[in-house]
Amino acid sequence: MTAVDTRNVYKQADYKSDVKPIWCPGCGDYHVLMSFTRTFAQLGLPPEQVCVISGIGCSSRIPAYTNCYGFHGVHGRSLALAAGLKVTRPDLTVVVASGDGDGYSIGGNHFLHACRRNVDMTYVVMDNHIYGMTKGQPSPTTEPEFDTALSPGGTRVRPFHPLVVALASGANFIARCFSGHVNETADVLVEAIRHPGFSFVEILSPCVTFRPDEKAWKDLVHPAPVAATNDAAKAARRIMTDDGFNLGILYRGNRTPYQPAAGGTHTDLSQLEKDFEL
Amino acid sequence: MSKAPAAPKVANLHDLLAIAYQIEIDAVDRYNLLADQMETHNNPELVKVFRDLARAEGIHGEEIRRMAGDFDVVNHARHIGKFADDSPEEADLGSAHYLMTPWHALQLSLKGEERALAYFTSIVNTTKDPAVKKMAEELVEEEAEHVNLVHRLLRKHPEPSKNWADDLDPPVSQE
Amino acid sequence: MAASPSISIAIVGSGGAGALTTGDSLLETACDAGWHGLSTRTLGPQIRGGEAAGLLRLSADPVACLPDHFDLLVGIDWLNAHRFGAEIKLAPQTLVISDPRGGELPPMVTQAGARVVEVPMKEMAKAITDGRPNMIALGIAARLLGFTPEQALAPIAMRLSSKGAAAIEASKAGITVGFGAAAGIDFDMQLPAPKPSSARRWLLSGNEATGLGAIRGGVRFAAAYPITPATEILEWLAPALTKVGGALLQAEDELAAINMIIGASFGGTPALTATSGPGLSLMIEALGLATSAEIPIVVVDVMRGGPSTGIPTKSEQADLNIAVYGMHGDAPHLVLAPQSVSDCLFTTQWATYLAETLQAPAIVLSDQFMGQARAAIERPADVSFIGARTVAKDITAAYERYALAANGVSPMAIPGTLGGQYTADGLTHTQRGTPTSGEGDHRAQLDKRRDKLEQFNYGDHWSSIEGDGDLAVVTWGSVTSAVREAIECAAADGIKARLVAPRLLLPARPEQMTKALAGVKRILVVEQTHGAQFHRYLRAHYDLPAPVRAFNRPGPLPITAGEVHRAITEWR
Repeated sequence: MTAVDTRNVYKQADYKSDVKPIWCPGCGDYHVLMSFTRTFAQLGLPPEQVCVISGIGCSSRIPAYTNCYGFHGVHGRSLALAAGLKVTRPDLTVVVASGDGDGYSIGGNHFLHACRRNVDMTYVVMDNHIYGMTKGQPSPTTEPEFDTALSPGGTRVRPFHPLVVALASGANFIARCFSGHVNETADVLVEAIRHPGFSFVEILSPCVTFRPDEKAWKDLVHPAPVAATNDAAKAARRIMTDDGFNLGILYRGNRTPYQPAAGGTHTDLSQLEKDFEL
Repeated sequence: MSKAPAAPKVANLHDLLAIAYQIEIDAVDRYNLLADQMETHNNPELVKVFRDLARAEGIHGEEIRRMAGDFDVVNHARHIGKFADDSPEEADLGSAHYLMTPWHALQLSLKGEERALAYFTSIVNTTKDPAVKKMAEELVEEEAEHVNLVHRLLRKHPEPSKNWADDLDPPVSQE
Repeated sequence: MAASPSISIAIVGSGGAGALTTGDSLLETACDAGWHGLSTRTLGPQIRGGEAAGLLRLSADPVACLPDHFDLLVGIDWLNAHRFGAEIKLAPQTLVISDPRGGELPPMVTQAGARVVEVPMKEMAKAITDGRPNMIALGIAARLLGFTPEQALAPIAMRLSSKGAAAIEASKAGITVGFGAAAGIDFDMQLPAPKPSSARRWLLSGNEATGLGAIRGGVRFAAAYPITPATEILEWLAPALTKVGGALLQAEDELAAINMIIGASFGGTPALTATSGPGLSLMIEALGLATSAEIPIVVVDVMRGGPSTGIPTKSEQADLNIAVYGMHGDAPHLVLAPQSVSDCLFTTQWATYLAETLQAPAIVLSDQFMGQARAAIERPADVSFIGARTVAKDITAAYERYALAANGVSPMAIPGTLGGQYTADGLTHTQRGTPTSGEGDHRAQLDKRRDKLEQFNYGDHWSSIEGDGDLAVVTWGSVTSAVREAIECAAADGIKARLVAPRLLLPARPEQMTKALAGVKRILVVEQTHGAQFHRYLRAHYDLPAPVRAFNRPGPLPITAGEVHRAITEWR
């Protein structure tokens, strides 16, 4: 039995652990951590009821910096881990944190199926258009002309449209945020968590070390010109034709979240064994 | 992307003969393919039926070569256009079944002959070339005879009972 | 066990003949009447309509392996039956029932000099409305084995219950005709009377037994990605888990499946997945994660022919290496291996218990032979091995997930527990769980994870150890029953041998193995691999105190008692 906790008001600080992040100063992920703690406090979630699940990469370090339960798993598989957790523990609030490499490259397949499966969880991808942790290789969202050691002269390969892929695969809530707008991002995350089913929030989060050019993002981002729609095709067209810096909630769907029927824990196995009897 | 024409163009008698020849050859290949399938799937009765049908179509092909006389219809067939999908006498692959019976095979053959009959009839009705029209009329006669032949064969092979496709053994997962 | 008289039957047919159904049905008839039996199948490469053979062995005592040769072969037809020549061995005294219109007799019949009796099964079936040749075959086999037509019909009637009375009537008529046709046929083998037993008996496959063992051990979540020959475990678990309040989730691939069960287990639910060699390869990274983060999970590998895509429908024991050595880094974990259809239940249950108790991943190495064989077994006793995870509760002090403990097992805080928040990690960590690269913590945690496994008392279940003699025959997995039978045959020749078959492969048990091999003068190692993986494993982990001979060969054919018997007698 868990101890009954009578606190019902949490401060942001209640969600921060004492572990000092290894992120470079100037990294957008510091802001994202602030947004996380603000979001959880706004929702009044007991820290022990929140699970932050991640893969591998700079963004994926975030669980240990929170005071919630966390899992720093292997590269690209956080969505699968989170699905197993949420399906067996629907009482918990599950937030998955990833980056553009972990989430869109090695994690690409699980991304499609997580959107399709629509288990109730919130997927936050801190997109910095680069592989930061491994020192600056292109990611699926890197611009084709961006020069790197692994792709001299640029990849010349078209970047991914993660929000449209999410739409096509069935994600139930889609938003784009900018890490520098801490409060607005927190507000979006609150809605994302509240929204049933699979919520996908892409947070543009500049990498100060390998993408110093992304300092310009704060001037490039702008609110989306129209309010969120619940029409997937409309949302897809809008996102495919935007400049990649439209911020806000872009789509709210109404799919029923996937959750197997909750049974009790029946321990009488005789029903199962009957089928084998001679 | 423009849609390919459903049937190759018949500009003259040589085209018609070549198309008629190709129709038979396509049918030979298709029946042999089905015979191979039946062999792999342990249906020896149907192996024989499809090989017999292939042989019959081969004979029809030879007849068209004879009708063509000195004209090299085989070579010309290589250069004319193809049917967009199956050519008229190619039996429908989608209708094959590992437990199919002779009745099923003959039904496929009947549909093929009827399609060929309709095709040559349409040539008769649309062509402006008298030589083409005359040859097309002969081909219509031929196909009508084939249709009758299949009907006669069908009288020897009754329709199977409704559980012809029952197999108590389950499908096998090979990988 | 199986040195007592047994009768072995093969039913061969193709293209929808229903040979497999006939074999399965015969097994059910025999088991319903009180006998024991084991059945397997062998198949051509087609998905439908292929050549197929049902192979069964019946006895008054439990049967765990196939015979060296078959006593009765019924050929509904012989199309492509030559494919089964290596697997269906006949003897001159074998009785072969053949349809004269069923195609040429295959070499395995003509070369064995077996007695052939012709019965026109196809013609007889045609004379019956909706008649089927395999029902004629069933009737013939039933009579030759001493069953009544009613006994033969019962399992078929159950299968056809949804198809209506006419279908059952047609089968009944076929069986009756076949029964009549067998009247004049001499088959001088008879099963001994079934032994009366108060024990409840089951008929099930190794894969089904695996699923039930998992549930008995406490598993309440499974993630599934289908792969031959493991899929049946997952398909059995899907409705079964729901019945006991659990759930199964289909994953998009094996990478997702193993991560899903790690997530479920992290959340407090004992979890399992099942796969085969190619899937286990994909799961290795995450097995390392479960090892490092000390998360209990069970991964069943129903081994098939390898390497790579290999022979999906045949058995082999060559995943031992990857199960034992597959993870990068030093990653001690649990590896167990059942030895029979019945043992699939116990070993999977025990594996679940051990994984939960020791907070470690357990790989269960089953194989296609056991997984897909159906056998009559005595109802496995309910044992107390039910997952008992050490859980942290009522946490008042600063919680350290990986605190060093006397038995190496640190209480695990389940999400939702106040004060127990920690981040599970594959990164090397401190006692608290924070990432570190320090040598003190690295060493301490490596020691903890190794010692918790090695210091645990596994009791006698770690190995089957039977008999005594100068010779020890060491084997594992499904080969155990063939070795057991071979040792019984050798005893009749005056050769005494001890059987040692470890059920727990990792962690190694050096003290116990030394005791098990004490006093032997020769060690014969038997396994179904090309690369002698088990032999090398034994040499790597154990002192082998006497001269060793290795008898190993790869799949696809099962190792027979006869082969092992020869290896034993050739080494005096």
